[in-house]
Amino acid sequence: MTVRVEVRSIHPTAGQNIVSGAAKLGVSGLKRCEVVRLYFLERDPGDEAVERLCRLLLADPVMDVWRVVRGAGIAAPKPSAPGTPSPHVVEVAFRPGVTDVPARELRRSMAEIGLPDCETATGVRYELEGDLTEVELRRLAQLLFCNETVQHFALGEITVHFGHETVAGERVEIIPVRNLDDAALLALSKARLLSLDVDEMRVIQRHYAELGRDPTDVELETLAQTWSEHCVHKTFKARIEFVHRNADGSVRSQETIDGLIHRYLRAATDAVWPEWLRSAFVDNAGVIAFDDEYDLAFKVETHNHPSALEPFGGANTGVGGVVRDVIGVSARPIATTDVLCFGPQDFPYDQLPEGVLHPARIAEGVVAGIGDYGNKLGLPTVNGAILYDEGYLGNPLVFCGCAGLLPHGKHPTRAQKGDLVVVIGGRTGRDGIHGATFSSAELTHETGEIAGSAVQIGDPITEKGLIELVEAARDRGLYNAITDCGAGGFSSAIGEMGEALGVDVDLGKAPLKYPGLAPWEIWISEAQERMVLAVPSEKLPELQQLAELWEVELSVLGRFTGDGELVVRFNDRVVARLSMYFLHHGLPRRTLRAEYQEPPPAQPLPEAGVELKFPGMDLNDVLLAMLGHPSIASKEHVVRTYDHEVRGGTIVRPFVGPTMDGPADAAVLKPLGTWKHERAFVLSNGINPLIGRIDPYAMAISAVDEAVRNAVAVGADPDRIAILDNFCWGNPTYPDRLGALVRACQGCYDAALAYRTPFISGKDSLYNEFNGKPIPGTLLISAVAIAPDFHTCVTSALKKPGNRLYLLGETKIELGGSLLNALLGEQSGLPPSMPQKPLERYRALHRAMRKGLVRACHDLSEGGLAVAVAEMCIAGRLGAVIHLDGLIESADAGSLIVPLLFSESNGRLLIEVAEADATAFEAFFAEQTLTRVGMVVEEPRLSVMVNGAAVIDLQMEQLVRAWKGQ
Amino acid sequence: MKPSILILHASGANRDAEAARACELAGGAPEIVHINQLRCGERRLTDYPMLLLPGGFSYGDALGAGVRLALDLQVYFHDQLHDFIDRGKLVLGICNGFQALVKAGVLPGVRSDRLAIGPRAIEEMALRRVTLTENAGGRFECRWVHLAVNRRARASFLRAIEDLIFCPVAHGEGNFQVKDEETLAEIEQEGLVAFRYVDAAGKPANGVYPLNPNGSVNDIAGICNRRGNVVGLMPHPEDHVLPIQNPLGGVGRLGLTVFRAMVAAL
Repeated sequence: MTVRVEVRSIHPTAGQNIVSGAAKLGVSGLKRCEVVRLYFLERDPGDEAVERLCRLLLADPVMDVWRVVRGAGIAAPKPSAPGTPSPHVVEVAFRPGVTDVPARELRRSMAEIGLPDCETATGVRYELEGDLTEVELRRLAQLLFCNETVQHFALGEITVHFGHETVAGERVEIIPVRNLDDAALLALSKARLLSLDVDEMRVIQRHYAELGRDPTDVELETLAQTWSEHCVHKTFKARIEFVHRNADGSVRSQETIDGLIHRYLRAATDAVWPEWLRSAFVDNAGVIAFDDEYDLAFKVETHNHPSALEPFGGANTGVGGVVRDVIGVSARPIATTDVLCFGPQDFPYDQLPEGVLHPARIAEGVVAGIGDYGNKLGLPTVNGAILYDEGYLGNPLVFCGCAGLLPHGKHPTRAQKGDLVVVIGGRTGRDGIHGATFSSAELTHETGEIAGSAVQIGDPITEKGLIELVEAARDRGLYNAITDCGAGGFSSAIGEMGEALGVDVDLGKAPLKYPGLAPWEIWISEAQERMVLAVPSEKLPELQQLAELWEVELSVLGRFTGDGELVVRFNDRVVARLSMYFLHHGLPRRTLRAEYQEPPPAQPLPEAGVELKFPGMDLNDVLLAMLGHPSIASKEHVVRTYDHEVRGGTIVRPFVGPTMDGPADAAVLKPLGTWKHERAFVLSNGINPLIGRIDPYAMAISAVDEAVRNAVAVGADPDRIAILDNFCWGNPTYPDRLGALVRACQGCYDAALAYRTPFISGKDSLYNEFNGKPIPGTLLISAVAIAPDFHTCVTSALKKPGNRLYLLGETKIELGGSLLNALLGEQSGLPPSMPQKPLERYRALHRAMRKGLVRACHDLSEGGLAVAVAEMCIAGRLGAVIHLDGLIESADAGSLIVPLLFSESNGRLLIEVAEADATAFEAFFAEQTLTRVGMVVEEPRLSVMVNGAAVIDLQMEQLVRAWKGQ
Repeated sequence: MKPSILILHASGANRDAEAARACELAGGAPEIVHINQLRCGERRLTDYPMLLLPGGFSYGDALGAGVRLALDLQVYFHDQLHDFIDRGKLVLGICNGFQALVKAGVLPGVRSDRLAIGPRAIEEMALRRVTLTENAGGRFECRWVHLAVNRRARASFLRAIEDLIFCPVAHGEGNFQVKDEETLAEIEQEGLVAFRYVDAAGKPANGVYPLNPNGSVNDIAGICNRRGNVVGLMPHPEDHVLPIQNPLGGVGRLGLTVFRAMVAAL
C-alpha cells in the first residue's frame, strides 16, 4: 500500500504569491491558497517508521505540520491545520522519468535511518479558497501550478508514477530505407524527429545500398545526431551563394561564400591571433592565457527551445550544459553569465498565441532555473543582460556562459588506442531524447506535446561532483581525453572522441535511471550531468577511488579500438556498426542561397528634432521613460537571486556605488588560487537586436564595440580581449534570414579586425521561429579580458563633487535602432557605425586608468549620453551638470540636442576625473576626440544645459524612482 | 605551530575553498576533508581542534536546507561530534553549515532536561525549537549586510571582534525563527545570540528589510551553544578577508576578524 505524507508550512509567502499570480491571470475569485508538500512512498514501512521519517526529515518541527494518508483513492483529505476546510484542491506531480531530486534524497535518507528501501515520489498540493469555477481551476493549474511538459495535475487527489516504467524494452529495429522514394525518406526523417533533409537522407540511403543492408535504429539515430545542426553547424559550414542588393533591388555584389565560420569568424581569429591566445574553435570552449601558470576558458551556449517549453528546466540545464563544456576542457568552472531575451512582461493574456507560455511565466522560470543551478554549483553569476521585445514572444532566448580556470598545458585531448571509454556522473534515462535534432526544428504550438521528452530538469549537485572529480583526475593525469555528453548524448560524445581511432562500446553497461530503455534511447539520451573520459586501463583503479570519494558514479562502457569503426553493442549483441569515416565525413555539404537587400535610405530627422515631431514632449519625460524602460531599468529583482559573491573573487560586481545598486559595465573577477598577483579578468557582453532589425551588419559592429568598451570601462587591457559569438537566428533555409546572417558575420569580421579581438568560440542557434515567424536576428558578443591590476579597476558610480566629466568619442546622428526610436515608434535614422580607430582610443583610456587618473567610467549604449550620465548619478547618488555646448562645436551633430543626448554612436565613454588630474589625464588623449562636458555636483540633481538653459532638469529621487520602478 | 582546522566537505558544499583561505589568512592550517574520508576513518575528527562546516547546498538541500547533512552528522558522527563539542573544541558553521548544525539540533542545542529519550539519539533533530526557514521575501538573495557581535554572547572569544563586520549573505533559507516566545526569551537571556543584523552605524536593523535581509526574529544572524564553543551564522565572513573585496572601499569591518578570533581561541 502506498503512503502519502502531507506537510504544510506556516510560512505564508508561497500562498500569497499564488493569490497575486492568480489575480494577474484575471482569476480574482481566489482568496487564499495553501501550498502543501507531498511525499509518496510506494510501500508502507509501518506507522512508527513513517512517523520517524516525518519528524526527522520531512517536517520542520518549528514551521511545519504533517499528516499521513494511506492507500490510494481516499477522498480528498481534510487539512489538519486550523482554518476552514478548503473547497478546491489541485495537485501536481512530475511525469514519469523526470528528474525528481527530493524523491531521490528521500530514498537515500530512508536508507540512512535504517528504513526499508522503496520507490519514492514528490508532489505539491494547492488548497484554494474562494469562488472558483472548474474552468478557472484548470486555468490556474495550467498557467500557474503545473507545466504539462514535465508535470501532470489533478483536480483533487493525484495518482503518482513511481520512478520506473517499462515501455520500449530492449528491441532494436531495422529501418528499411533502401526502397524509399524522396517523399518517404522525408516522412521517415520527420516521423523519427531526425531533422535531416532529403539530400542527407539520400546519402544515407546510398550508403546502406552499398552495404547491402538497411540501418538499425541505433545507426540511423547516430547519423541524425552527428549530422544535426546542433552538432556540426551545417549552416555555418555550408557554401553560400550570396546576393547583396541595393535598396532599389539592383545587385550591389554577388559572391560565393566558402562557409561562414571559415570565411569570417575563424578567418578573423587567424588574422589577429595574439600570443596569449591558447585555443580557438577546436574544443568545447575557447582558451586564453591568464598568467604564467593558468589559462582561462570561456564558453557561451544557448538553450532557447527547451526554455520556451519548460523555462525552469530549460534554463537550468542550459547552465549545466555550458558548465560541462568548460569541464570538458579540463578547467574548473569559476563564474557564469546569462543574457536573456523575453517577450513583454505585460503582454495581454487574451492575445497570447496558442501553445505559448506567458512571457512573465517564462521569465520567472528561466531566472529561477539559472539561479538554482549556478547557486548550487557555487558559481558566481556576475554578468548578463535582459532584453524585452515582442519578437521573442513565442521563442525566448537564453544565453548561458561559463568561465573556467585551468593550469596551462594540463588539458589532454588525445585518446589512445586501448583506452577505456569511461562515463561519469548521472544515470541515463529517457530524458532529453532528440534534444540535438529538436533544436533544429521550428517551434509551433504543438511542439510542447511532441517534443516533451527533449526537455529535462537538472541536478546541480551531481554536476558539482563532476567538477570536483575531473579537477582531481586532471591533476593526477588520469585521462587522455575528456568531453561532455551534451547534444546527442553518448552518440556524439563517444562518436567524436573515437573519430580517429574507432570505438567499441556496450550500452548494457551504462547505468540507467530505470529499466526498459531501447538501445537507441540509451545511445542518444541527453540525460544531464554526464562526461566521457578516455582512461588508460592502469589508471582506472585510481580514478575509481576518486569517484567513490566524490560520490560520482563511474562505468566502463568499452574501448578505443584503432580500427576506425564505431561498434555499439547491447549486452554483446551488435546494434550498430558504422564507419567513422562515413559518420564524420559522409554528410553532404549544403549549398544555401542568401539574399540581403539594403533598407531604403534613412530619412533625416526634422531639423528641430523631437520638439517638432512630437510637440509637447518634454526631454525630462523622455529620459524618465528610458530609465523605466524594461530593458534599461534596474534588474535588481533578478540579479539578487543569483549568488554573485561565492568564491570570494568578485571585485567589480553587478551592483556598484555607495548604495550598492548602480549598474556595472562589466564584472571583474579574481580567481581563487591566484591572489599572489594583482591581475584579474573581466567578463562583459554586447547585444542590440533593435539595431539588428534595421541593419545586421551594424548590429555586429555595435555588439563587438559594446562588449569591448564595457570591458575597457572597468579596467580591461584592450589588447587582451577575446570574444565569443552567439547567433540566434530564424530558419536559414530562407534566403532573407540567411542573407541577414551573412551581413552580421561580415560585421563580425570587420569589427574583430578593427578591435584586434579574436573569436575564441561561438555557437549558433538557428530555426528560432514560432509558427513561421522568425525572432529578430540576435547576435550576442561576450568578451573575456585581462585586467592587469585590480587596484586600478573602476566602476560607473560618480565619486566626488567637483570632479570633471569628459566624453570620449564622437557623437554622430545615429538614432536608427536606438532606444529613442523604439520609444517613439520611429523607424528613421542611421544605425551606429564603426568608430574611427577605436582601439587607439581604448588604449589611451586604459593607460590613463593604469595611472589612476580615472575615478569613474561608464559606457554609452542604449539611450546614449542622457541615460549614461543618469546611471552614473544613480550609482554614485551624486548630481551632475552637463553642458552640451562643448559638444556642439566638436561634433558633427550640429545644433541638434536630441541626437547629442540620445544618439547611440559607438566608441563612447563618460569619464570622471579629479580636477587636479585633469591636465595629466587630457595628455593621454591628444589624438582623440575628448570633450569636457560637465562636472559632478553635491546637489542630488541632474541638469543638462544648452546655452545656459536647462533642457533636462531632474532630481535624484525622480531618476532613482524611474530606474528602480518604485 | 598553526592550529589545524577541519573543513568538512559534503556533496554540494561550495564555499569550502574560500573558508580555507580565510582560515589560512587568520593563521590557521585548514584542511578540506570529504565527509567520506571521515566516515571511512581516513581522517579523524578528534585529531583537529576545530571543525568548520562551510557554505553550499549539501545534497542540493532537497529536503530543506541542511537537513540531509544534519542527518549525516547525527547518524554517522553523533558520538564523535558530541565528544568533540564536550571537550570544548571549536565548531563554526557558515550558511549551509549553520543550517545543518541547527537542523541537527546541535545549535543552540537541546536543553538536557528536555531530552526525555536521552542525549545520544538522533531525536535531537526532531526536538529542536529553532529553525532557519525560507526568507521572508520568499527568494534566494545575495547582498552585503552589516553584522554586530552580541557582547553578551556565550561565545566569549567573539568579543575580540570590536568593529562591525561587513560581508555578503547569499541564501534562500536564512530566516531564523523559534517555536515560541519562551524559546526566544531563553536564547536571548542565556546569551545564545552571537551576531545580529545592524545598519552601517551599528544600530539594530529592527527587522527592516534589507538591513535584516531575511526576516529573522530579533535580527538574529548567528547563534552559539550554551558552552560557547559552537557558533553558526548565515552571512559569509569568508568573503571579506581583504579590503579589495569591500564593495564600498575602506579597510575595516573585515569578516576575517571572525576567523582571527576563533584561531586565537584555539
